[in-house]
Amino acid sequence: MTFTQRNYPGKLIAVEGLDGSGKSTQLYLVKRWLELQGSRVYFTEWNSSVLVKKATSKGKKRQLLTPTSFCLIHATDFADRYERQILPLLRAGFIVLADRYVYTALARDAVRGLDKDWISKLYSFAVPPDIIFYFEVPLETSLSRILDGRPALKYHEAGLDMGWSTDPYESFRVFQGKILNEYSSMRSKYGFTTIDATREIHIQQAEVRRLIAEKIDIPSFRSS
Amino acid sequence: MNEKHFFGRQPPEIRDARLPGKLLVIEGADGSGRSTQIAMLSQWLEANGFAVRFMGLRRSNLVAEDLERAKQGNVLTRTTLSLFYATDFFDQLVNAIIPALRAGLIVLADRYIYTLMARDLVRGADRDWVRNLYSPALLPDAVFYFRVSARQLVERNFQKNSTLDYWESGMDLGLSLDMFDSFVKYQRMLQLEFQKMQREFGFKLLNGNRPIVKVQQDLRKEIAALLSIGAPTEVSAVDMEAATPEPIPAPAEEPV
Repeated sequence: MTFTQRNYPGKLIAVEGLDGSGKSTQLYLVKRWLELQGSRVYFTEWNSSVLVKKATSKGKKRQLLTPTSFCLIHATDFADRYERQILPLLRAGFIVLADRYVYTALARDAVRGLDKDWISKLYSFAVPPDIIFYFEVPLETSLSRILDGRPALKYHEAGLDMGWSTDPYESFRVFQGKILNEYSSMRSKYGFTTIDATREIHIQQAEVRRLIAEKIDIPSFRSS
Repeated sequence: MNEKHFFGRQPPEIRDARLPGKLLVIEGADGSGRSTQIAMLSQWLEANGFAVRFMGLRRSNLVAEDLERAKQGNVLTRTTLSLFYATDFFDQLVNAIIPALRAGLIVLADRYIYTLMARDLVRGADRDWVRNLYSPALLPDAVFYFRVSARQLVERNFQKNSTLDYWESGMDLGLSLDMFDSFVKYQRMLQLEFQKMQREFGFKLLNGNRPIVKVQQDLRKEIAALLSIGAPTEVSAVDMEAATPEPIPAPAEEPV
């Protein structure tokens, strides 16, 4: 809401990408790498605030959420984590690792038909990360990583609320395809650092670590 | 015909903005007499054959309970508080207000986005951010703002509850450790925001310090014109019974 608190000693690293892009695995390895060096590091993930957890799960279970309330309840969740964890930790000099950040919301909510300009202003209270890693995989790769095990897809996760298809798997395909288009259109606008996520995990991780080390003076984040 | 308008771009859920009902908003602080006036209005509207629905803040199916719980815990930071209320508001707009208006009902809103915006603004929110947040809201057919002096509000709140409410006193703002002091300061800040909005949005200003019956007569006159009802009936004894809260004595003081 205010834009004055951008002077802080911490660093913010966010990962974005389709479900099945391997971004959470990569971020976990970054966390381990930083921890093993004794750095002050904090990990936060999307949709995890305790405050609105009940409302979110109730809304999802009973399918009460429409695109606007879906968007706002996630924005509330994010704001709670942002104001109580992310920003204070940045000000306290932590490296904050975010598994998904506002770009996930921008992509999903745009796919659900909300005005992009409105959503980006809604999230304008959040500081932009120092690095946004975008894990890029072809749609078919991410789909097969998720769908090959025939998991039980949740209603909103599959995008069934949008009525593209009554088949959860088909709906998920359509949904992910649309998310991919949104991510692609955000890449240059928000300065994503693209990682080719079709490669082996340790190869990607080596690149990610190198890029982080180039941008962030890691030794200065060691706990004293 | 009957096309309704939105402050900005309408939400994607609303494909058809032809809504024959009317959205009438009553704004004013706690203790300004909103609920009393709304009860009397609905009585009169139903007597004239209009179907009425009510809406208010923190009444959505989705988040009302969680919001109430969060307010008890004092864990809410300001952006979170703001977005929580916005979620509640838009859930009601999409799932209750719009369907009622589509069915041709009169929706009486006990507060609307103006209170929500004023609360955010006095907490230091960015003006453009707040405007953007509420821009998918429906533009009401009329907004009546009850202005009551801060001192009068204190008296009425004590008559109703015998204590002042933490949030309605703006205690989270840290204006004063003294609750009475904080209440007065906070209500004055809200009134200043309302004055700005009144000019911009063309609220109909009503002096809420006057007797209930006088305020009700003015309201009916305005609404009768809006709904093309003939000469508004006088406020009767039956109407007064609809006003469930204790009648409030008229003060001599002018609004601040």
